[in-house]
Amino acid sequence: MSSDIHALSGAYAVDALDSAERAEFEQHLAVCDACREEVAGLQAAAGEIAATTEVAPPPSLRASVLAGIADVRPLPPLQPEVVEAQPETKPEAVPDNVRPLRRRVWQQIGLAAAAAAIVAGGTTAALHPWDSTSVAPPTAAEQVIHAADVQHYSGPVAGGGTVTVYRSAALNRAVVVATGISQAPAGHVYELWLLAPSGTMKRAGLFADGSDLTQVVNGNAGPARALGITVEKAGGSNAPTTKPIALVTLTT
Amino acid sequence: MDQSLPEPGATAFAVSPGSGHPDLPDLLRRSARGDETAFAALYDATAARVYGLVRRVVRDPHQAEEVAQEVYLEVWRTSARYDEARGSAQGWILTIAHRRAVDRVRAAESASRRDETYERRNQDVEHDSTAEAAHASLEARRVRSALESLTPVQREAVELAYLGGYTHTEVAALLDLPLGTAKTRIRDGLIRLRDNLGMGVNR
Repeated sequence: MSSDIHALSGAYAVDALDSAERAEFEQHLAVCDACREEVAGLQAAAGEIAATTEVAPPPSLRASVLAGIADVRPLPPLQPEVVEAQPETKPEAVPDNVRPLRRRVWQQIGLAAAAAAIVAGGTTAALHPWDSTSVAPPTAAEQVIHAADVQHYSGPVAGGGTVTVYRSAALNRAVVVATGISQAPAGHVYELWLLAPSGTMKRAGLFADGSDLTQVVNGNAGPARALGITVEKAGGSNAPTTKPIALVTLTT
Repeated sequence: MDQSLPEPGATAFAVSPGSGHPDLPDLLRRSARGDETAFAALYDATAARVYGLVRRVVRDPHQAEEVAQEVYLEVWRTSARYDEARGSAQGWILTIAHRRAVDRVRAAESASRRDETYERRNQDVEHDSTAEAAHASLEARRVRSALESLTPVQREAVELAYLGGYTHTEVAALLDLPLGTAKTRIRDGLIRLRDNLGMGVNR
């Protein structure tokens, strides 16, 4: 799958990927400008097909839509939280322009994967970080797991499975090792959250399949007080929208 | 509903629903600031296309109405996140609608029932295409003729994926294609459709 992942752009544009493929391709999108551009064009073309299926909706739909929105506050633009969510250790990764948080987070993961690939000695791999089969290559995770000051914490997962968090304060990094978590429901992903000392939950990465997962946690893991996992719609959310299926307290 | 939504900015929207080209990005910007009248205008300008698409994918009218309501709620909530530089507002809304419709049919269909529904829905697609052709709008005719320039396999693959809501793996099974080739047909078909509709250059 990884070698021809670009070829999934069409299927992604018409939502013809299963949830695992979709999650994988969205990680790829974060690091591939060409695919992002192609997907935008193909989604626009696909949207035109809807001109052939127009049907006047029942009047009750208009009434329920307008009644429904009255109770819901539109979300603010993404910019302020994006800046706040950047790890302090990576100031160079903080551009000022407005971009979706999702993309920025994945870009960072892409950068981390690329950096890890360089550490591993493969410049070719560094040019194609999406060719790695997981979000973060083992070398990045192993650096944390084998760090001199590593501490680990475990907890159960609602619905089955366990999650273990390895954290190195010196590296300001954490790794999640999950076992036995069933695949996320169709159209959904698991999202990782770090509880910052300020008390807010910071986005820390996405995954779709929790069996034998080893993933470097995105963000400022050093001072984090807990790690949570929630089920979110594909692509992730800006803040947790569901009750965590796991919450592991990290003591310092 | 209109009279229950008095809003100072309402008069700025002068184009009546369905005629002309309402400024959808502007309506989205105003919706992001909580302007319900602007959102009602946005609904009027897009509802037939959104509901029609959802209805086609989901099939069941009651569920289609539920999904369409979810779509508009999501559009309202995330209106501040629409980025005009990345595509048309209608395209953005339809992308949300299609994703939700597909997620609904996938969640609703248990694996055991899928084999049976393959055949039935496949037949529906052909039948409906004929019926819809009878009352095609001008734009629908344009899209239809662009679709006709696709190879038969490309067109079927694109329609099964987009209007049928099937995954590329399911499309391969439906069309007796080798596993893994349906995604190529879908992509090739969409590229040709995009180019035929004159959308290839600036996107």
